[in-house]
Amino acid sequence: MNPSSPAPAPAPAVEEILAQARRLREGIPGDIHEHLVESLYADAGRIAERSVSRPDRPARPTFDRTLDRIVTSRVWGLPVMLLLFAFMFWLTIAGANVPSQWLAGVLVESGHPWLRGLADAAGFPWWLRGLLVDGVYLSTAWVISVMLPPMAIFFPLFTLLEDFGYIPRVAFNLDALFKRAGAHGKQAMSTMMGFGCNAAGVVSTRIIDSPRERLIAILTNNFALCNGRWPTQILIATIFLGRLVPAHLAGLVSAGAVAGVALLGLGCTFLVAWLLSRTVLKGQVSTFSLELPPYRPPRLWQTLYTSVLDRTLLVLWRAVVFAAPAGAVIWLVANVRLGEGSVAEFLISGMNPFGLALGLNGVILLAYLIAIPANEIVIPTILMLTALVARLAGVGEGAGVMVQSDSPAFVGEVLRAGGWTVLTAVNLMLFSLLHNPCSTTLYTIYKETGSARWTTLAALLPLGMGVALTFGVATVWRLLAS
Amino acid sequence: MACADCDVYRAARLHKLGLQPGPWDHVVALAGNPNTGKSTVFNALTGLRQHTGNWPGKTVARAEGGFAYADRRFQLVDLPGTYSLLSTSPDEEIARDFILFGRPDVTVVVADATRLERNLNLVLQVLEITERAVVCLNLVDEAKRHGIQVDERQLARDLGVPVIPTSARFGRGLPELLAAIAEMAARKVSGFGYRLSQEPLAIRSALADLTTRIEQAYPGLPNARWIAMRLLGGDERVAEALRRGELSALAERAARGTEGVLRESSLPAR
Repeated sequence: MNPSSPAPAPAPAVEEILAQARRLREGIPGDIHEHLVESLYADAGRIAERSVSRPDRPARPTFDRTLDRIVTSRVWGLPVMLLLFAFMFWLTIAGANVPSQWLAGVLVESGHPWLRGLADAAGFPWWLRGLLVDGVYLSTAWVISVMLPPMAIFFPLFTLLEDFGYIPRVAFNLDALFKRAGAHGKQAMSTMMGFGCNAAGVVSTRIIDSPRERLIAILTNNFALCNGRWPTQILIATIFLGRLVPAHLAGLVSAGAVAGVALLGLGCTFLVAWLLSRTVLKGQVSTFSLELPPYRPPRLWQTLYTSVLDRTLLVLWRAVVFAAPAGAVIWLVANVRLGEGSVAEFLISGMNPFGLALGLNGVILLAYLIAIPANEIVIPTILMLTALVARLAGVGEGAGVMVQSDSPAFVGEVLRAGGWTVLTAVNLMLFSLLHNPCSTTLYTIYKETGSARWTTLAALLPLGMGVALTFGVATVWRLLAS
Repeated sequence: MACADCDVYRAARLHKLGLQPGPWDHVVALAGNPNTGKSTVFNALTGLRQHTGNWPGKTVARAEGGFAYADRRFQLVDLPGTYSLLSTSPDEEIARDFILFGRPDVTVVVADATRLERNLNLVLQVLEITERAVVCLNLVDEAKRHGIQVDERQLARDLGVPVIPTSARFGRGLPELLAAIAEMAARKVSGFGYRLSQEPLAIRSALADLTTRIEQAYPGLPNARWIAMRLLGGDERVAEALRRGELSALAERAARGTEGVLRESSLPAR
């Protein structure tokens, strides 16, 4: 007790009060909580009756009910949801192409040589120019040109749906599935948040009151593809899978592939929730009531404004903050020599056998190590490292300089030169879905659970699944190909 | 009356302070069911752009911002949207702890006019804790579209606190809301403190006994009855607060804060 603060009720009085409360409680028949809630409802009903007048027609306009009958129907609910999201991916993929090319042209094609020239003119030593211009600037420029356009299309679309009131309907559709998996229906909400950012998704599990179900929601949130991973999925699907079919079908096939991976993530969520609730996290499923708010006409301009400001720029800023130091790290591992080759080459060749067994390669594994702080920088890192290892002609002077390209198609050429096949692309998409969460999310999980054990499980579980799945796919693929 | 778009209202009365640091003259808590437009009210008053979404459970942590109105600086704390303050989920605990232990000068409860009865459950629970409350009856435009009319005067009489109809999405009613908040904060008006009228017979005498006992131990505590209710219900968090002496501090502050202010219920004599 703090002696300086006045305490009118000394400790004995407190215990006396608590003892009296216990005594009185025992003398009351039935559940006190229920008594109180009952009287609360009675009062609320009585007061509302006195002040609310409503006409004798149904409270909800028929448009809402007709729409709800379709989008929450047992038969059509899930297909409509899938089509809607696939359509959003298609719009994103089709629309992002041109601005991405333009940004790459300005920032990488023209901006990078210009800055190099500027650094030379200013008399920078080669290592400082390398670190700043070839490392920090180039990785930042890549992040912006690869990530900004898809985000600037996808987020406003998602926010419009949110503003309209569709997201609770998604939760309604998924509720039964979550319950069957032994998880809380409210997890549908935190999963939806996870599609934006897993750290935010983990925080949003606070709406779940049962600790058991909350842990399940936290541990499986990573299976919802986050902002940082959408661009990887979209880019790789466009470059490798879209190429497999005639041009007019390319967009559809790529969008379908991305939707497929997102769906696989959802499947993993249910599977892991089911496994957890039958092993380490056994218990009852709690019920809850979900409110379907009325549809509201979305406010177009405000939505655009807030989604661009709150989501797009915020996420982009985060990516840039992590990409800049990562660019420096990449340049360093590419240029600090260790005996014969650079540190990067040493690490990549060391990890290559394992990577190839998974249908990936050493470059991808090293990129995922460097990109632990943020998934956003995986693609730029892979590009830089691939260019380094393949020693591509005409992609820059010196090691660790990222490719200079005027179109995302060039990204494909670089990767193919680095020995990439369709298998590499498919497995990268799978591994991007199934690997450890980024360090921000892990830290959030640690803060929310207060347990190093659950945090470790949250990191190792998806990583283990990713390794197993990619290994399985690679093995089957090679068997079929031979 | 002023409207949200007049120059008078904008220039002279309301200054949105966003994330500017204190000091603050008053602390205002913003409570309400999920999906009632709480975050929209928060953004409209602070000028912040906290993301709003048309779905429940969006705000799970406290968000803070500020505004200045009529020469006073207000800190506005946006609490997680909850249906009740009775259960023990983390978001409800955050909301309840702030209203109880944060001792805001005013608690604004945002209620959905289209679903008033269900929203009143939370309003009544807040009123059990504090009488320094203002009910923001939001979404009245939507209610009107559905043909629902709410008599806010009758509601204010029944609840004993000001009820301000608003349509925060379109900025309607916000000047009146601000005026009500400022008046409540300046203690020009005070609610009479709503009490459950139909408290179950079974617990009536037990509740009265325990309330008296707590009032004796903590003179000046404004919500002794609510504390008694929670203790009877076996709420460990409140019992813990009692043991740690947090309630003593509350009672002290409450006593200091009401010095020289006329209130309907006089403080119990020491």
